[in-house]
Amino acid sequence: MLLELTPDQEVFREATARFLADRVPPEVIRRLRADPAGFSPDYWSAGAELGWTSLLAREEHGGGPIGDAALVDLSILAHEFGARAAPGPLASANVVAHALSTWGGEAHTAAVEAVLSGESLATCALGEPATPGEPAGIRVQVRADGGDVVLDGTARPVESAAGAGHILVTARVAGAAGLAQVLVPTAAPGVTVTPMRTVDLTRRFFAVGFDGVRLPADAVVGEFGEAGEQVERQLQVALALSCAESVGAMQTAFDLTVKWAFERYSFGRPLASYQELKHRFADMKTWLEASHAISDKATAAVDAGAPEAAELASAAKAYIGDYGTELAQDCVQIHGGIGVTFEHDLHFYLRRVTLNRALHGTPASHRARVTGIFENLKEQA
Amino acid sequence: MSTSAVGADGVESVEEFRARARAWIRANLRPLEAHEEVGIMRPTRTDEEELAAVARDREIQKALFDAGLAGICFPPEYGGRGLTPAHQRAFNEEITGYEYPQRLQVPTFAPCAAVLLEFGTEEQKRAHIPAILKGEEIWMQFLSEPSSGSDVAAALTTAVRDGDDWILNGSKIWTTGAWWSDWGLCLARTNWDVPKHRGLTVFILPIAAAGVDVQRIEMLNGVKEFCQEFMTDVRVPDSDRIGEVDDGWTVGTRWMFHERMSSGSPYVTSPGTSAHHRIGPDWLLDIARGTGRLDDPLVRDLVGEGRVLDLVGAALHPRLALGMTTGRLSDQAAAIGRLYSGVCATRLTTIAFDIAGGAGAAWADDDGAASDVGADFLMRQTATIGGGTTEMARNVVSERVLGMPREAALDRGRPFREVPRGGRSGG
Ligand SMILES: Cc1cc2nc3c(=O)[nH]c(=O)nc-3n(C[C@H](O)[C@H](O)[C@H](O)COP(=O)(O)OP(=O)(O)OC[C@H]3O[C@@H](n4cnc5c(N)ncnc54)[C@H](O)[C@@H]3O)c2cc1C
Repeated sequence: MLLELTPDQEVFREATARFLADRVPPEVIRRLRADPAGFSPDYWSAGAELGWTSLLAREEHGGGPIGDAALVDLSILAHEFGARAAPGPLASANVVAHALSTWGGEAHTAAVEAVLSGESLATCALGEPATPGEPAGIRVQVRADGGDVVLDGTARPVESAAGAGHILVTARVAGAAGLAQVLVPTAAPGVTVTPMRTVDLTRRFFAVGFDGVRLPADAVVGEFGEAGEQVERQLQVALALSCAESVGAMQTAFDLTVKWAFERYSFGRPLASYQELKHRFADMKTWLEASHAISDKATAAVDAGAPEAAELASAAKAYIGDYGTELAQDCVQIHGGIGVTFEHDLHFYLRRVTLNRALHGTPASHRARVTGIFENLKEQA
Repeated sequence: MSTSAVGADGVESVEEFRARARAWIRANLRPLEAHEEVGIMRPTRTDEEELAAVARDREIQKALFDAGLAGICFPPEYGGRGLTPAHQRAFNEEITGYEYPQRLQVPTFAPCAAVLLEFGTEEQKRAHIPAILKGEEIWMQFLSEPSSGSDVAAALTTAVRDGDDWILNGSKIWTTGAWWSDWGLCLARTNWDVPKHRGLTVFILPIAAAGVDVQRIEMLNGVKEFCQEFMTDVRVPDSDRIGEVDDGWTVGTRWMFHERMSSGSPYVTSPGTSAHHRIGPDWLLDIARGTGRLDDPLVRDLVGEGRVLDLVGAALHPRLALGMTTGRLSDQAAAIGRLYSGVCATRLTTIAFDIAGGAGAAWADDDGAASDVGADFLMRQTATIGGGTTEMARNVVSERVLGMPREAALDRGRPFREVPRGGRSGG
């Protein structure tokens, strides 16, 4: 998170921090493991009132930023989500709100408004970044048929799909090179939603099947077959939010472990007095500050639509994917036995960074993307 | 000094400054060739060539001064421009890819000139800062000794008062380039009967002073830039003392801070991330291309890793600098940047070596970027030793930033005379 928040940003952060501390303290999160949705509907609609879903949407849809950098403001929330291992599809819901508000048409207005108010949940199936504009891992096909579009295939993992009214699906256009995005009501005939198991305690993922799902053409978001750029842009937003969230989780895991190192004694002295451990804390502190720094820089670039946004977002995802999990696992190690129990809170944060490391592309796939972008940059120079 | 474009408030804006710097750099400096200056302290020059390169560095510095582009963040009363770190960053970006006075940056501008600015008397600053900014004085840190480098406060070099002068005896070591430098910033012991930190004083002295004998030391790759200075009855006037007598550690603490900041310091020009003449991702890409391995997914992963580490460093240093300016982070956080830079440089060196493949073991002169990468690998640890080791940085981060208990020390509170000393003194 940024070292310096504006007074508005601080008020905004503080409101969500208080709300989360009150509504989802650690004992509640532990209980929510058994909840099929991971959170109650009123939790999400109350969060929407705090601005969780509206920052990236246009004002005429009831959205709008608090400052002049909406994604930066939203990343402060994402950081808070990570720091408290909060439930809810923050990144997915915001990607949908952003996508519908930016590229959607008349037919999507009602859906945007429902998402923004928190009365309905929406989620997305984006695929993974490969080269810019050409995501990998998309196994849904769409074809135009008369005045309709028809979808077939499977999207997974899709967050919170069971509770969602709509899914923004990224699909390959059958028999052509392009991509299309379609807003699919989960109640549409031919849609099946099957729960998957996951590493997180409160976030829920589903495999969503599309078997000849037929929708009117105005369900398409943006140009049919020309969605590559908007998908890339949405991926960057998802990456920025996932990184900010991971950094929040890293921060809490680190703080918990520093505290533990002062309190836990062995051989008559605190763990914090052993140089071997002190040096590991110094390394972790360095990874943590570096993660804050690259996450903030990437977020600002994505927010501004800067030319370096794609590379910075992938650099952040690769670095934080690697070092976020490394940090959390070393925190477990320094806790000893208590670190691998369900009773301790540490695993909440380990789960969050683990989830985020694997979603939207692994560190290795993002390194490959960085290499490609860098190579092109050098060829142009 | 030339005139320069200024805004309504009388201060040259970053963009005006950038435009002026760019125009001047393009008109006056030579663009670097691919792979020029890349690698780690490569033995590419004869002594004559090295001296010519030093002379060129001084010449460029003088020209920068005359153009109003030197000492960007130094106060105007000592010949600087009095501008902001943002101006210096713009300058770093503009000079990327061109020759620049590399030998004058660290340690001359920081930590040496930075320490003079903080602790020097008015006369000392007027005597030296403008001369430094004009390229007339190249400074060295006389800090490490054969008996102690990490434990700098355990200096054995002794200064004894003699009327208006001090007489220095002892030896400093690992100074890089002392044989062609002008002045030394020297930490010396002035009191043996108090604990180590309370008996130190800082002096400045010309390296050519009577009684200073500079010997060169061959590094493992054949380079002879490392030096050792033997000081025998060197006479230094009291007016060349920096800070109070026996209060050298107050100076030393800030000295270490400026040393850890080094290339992140606003006093130092350090070219941006996309340079062919340092250990960076461009170099990795060139090696991969040159060896024909850029299509190998394993190699692409390594290039990506190097680029990621470099981008992260470029984000980290400004965050730390901002935090230290606003007080969100303590000054000790400079050690975080030092640790990151060291670890990043060693990793990039390993990556370069691995990408080079067999050319890392044996190479021909026309192997391009892959030539000499094996020899660079042998010098890898200079990045985590020079400028204070990364172990010491880890001590500072854990103890000073995170507040963890300090290591037990047998010298604390004990007169330095009685502190145990090891047998083998380096070498
Ligand atoms: C390229 C280069 C340029 C240099 N330039 C200069 C220069 O211009 N001026 C100058 O004065 N010096 C210079 N140095 C010297 C450098 O500052 C020292 O080498 C460094 O501080 C380490 O000191 P030392 O060599 O005495 O090693 P030692 O202090 O003996 O340390 C040996 C090892 O023990 C570790 N160690 C020591 N104490 C501790 C501790 N308390 N906790 C954990 N680990 C510890 C060290 O990290 C190191 O790994 C340069 C060195 C290099 C490599």
